[in-house]
Amino acid sequence: MSLDKPYLDVPGTIIFDAEQSRKGYHLNQFCMSLMKAENRARFKANERAYLDEWPMTEEQKQGVLTRDLNRCMATGGNIYFLAKIGATDGLSFQQMAGSMTGMTEDEYRAMMVAGGRSVEGNRFIGEDGDAQAKNQPQGSANKNTKG
Amino acid sequence: MARITASVYTSHVPAIGAALDAGKDKEPYWQPVFAGYEYSKQWMKDNKPDVIFLVYNDHATAFSLDMIPTFAIGTAEQYQPADEGYGARPVPTVIGHPELASHIAQSVIQQDFDLTIVNKMDVDHGLTVPLSLMCGNPPKEDFQWPCPVIPFAVNVVQYPVPSAQRCFNLGQAIRRAVESYDEDLNVHIWGTGGMSHQLQGPRAGLINKEFDNRFLDLLISDPAAAAAIPHIDFVREAGSEGIELVMWLIARGAMSDVAGRADGVNLKHRFFHVPASNTAVGHLILENK
Repeated sequence: MSLDKPYLDVPGTIIFDAEQSRKGYHLNQFCMSLMKAENRARFKANERAYLDEWPMTEEQKQGVLTRDLNRCMATGGNIYFLAKIGATDGLSFQQMAGSMTGMTEDEYRAMMVAGGRSVEGNRFIGEDGDAQAKNQPQGSANKNTKG
Repeated sequence: MARITASVYTSHVPAIGAALDAGKDKEPYWQPVFAGYEYSKQWMKDNKPDVIFLVYNDHATAFSLDMIPTFAIGTAEQYQPADEGYGARPVPTVIGHPELASHIAQSVIQQDFDLTIVNKMDVDHGLTVPLSLMCGNPPKEDFQWPCPVIPFAVNVVQYPVPSAQRCFNLGQAIRRAVESYDEDLNVHIWGTGGMSHQLQGPRAGLINKEFDNRFLDLLISDPAAAAAIPHIDFVREAGSEGIELVMWLIARGAMSDVAGRADGVNLKHRFFHVPASNTAVGHLILENK
């Protein structure tokens, strides 16, 4: 019998449920390891070697190496765990959240100062809001193509 | 007898703590946020509690995916501010109240809420930012929070999180637990987190002022209606992280009017501001009549 997941029709959103948590277990625990300064130093010294110590999928590792947080989310990452990577990089939460929209830091900050993203058109998949898949990417940030 | 006299509701945005710690609270971006708490800091001095029961959520700090308790009550003597990756906030150690916390744990579990009892944990911005907003960061010469704090952590990170209704019912059980404690203590209960915000995906940055203000209206005058809001409505209307608002229902459920002892509550302060970083900031102070 399938579980009730009414949140799957919200655009531009991945709810971290038990299934995502299971998929992302090693990815998120890798992120937790970055809470320790010595691990942050080892990770920064050789990211690939550090990631290879964890039983993560190659897709997850590529998501981390390219700092593509949407890719990390899709493979089971949770934003509060992924934030440890951002902290290691010296990024603020606003920079991390903004990086998932395709906007530059300035564009995203300006949207927030102007009152944030509207919910209109962004409640259900298939509407016309700016968070809908057909309207991505939203801003003029250059996509990081490393890796 | 111990009693709950007031409840406080506030967002706990980490950037607020970072701004205060860096002395940026007078900058134009932050000044309106902190101005909304000027009344509150004076109110805290005039109505100093003996204990704060502080409902918050941990953000992958004390609880990784090793363990995910739905409701966790801190029964420790003290809690250190956590290093969340940027270094620990320069705020005082949080002193607990192990006796009252243990009493509440025993009473609430006997009322059929399965709490996890935690004797060792660090506390993150979810707990320390509300203290900073309500008390200001304590000066070096008197480096302590004004009273002991009982941390009460709610899982709002991994779905399914507890429903607003269950949180509301839990608040009622906590009120009964406090009132069965013999010592004469003045207890405040705080609900923190929210308001509308989403930190992930192409929908990041979502803010819904209409939802937030309606939620504030309901929380003040019709909390049972606020408790009836289903999980999906928070996600759809207030963003994936807006779900933190269920924690406000725990504090609201602990007020006397919910027990039928008074007609409503006294609204002492209401504040709303957009944005603080990614988030809509909401704040209420309610006193029992």
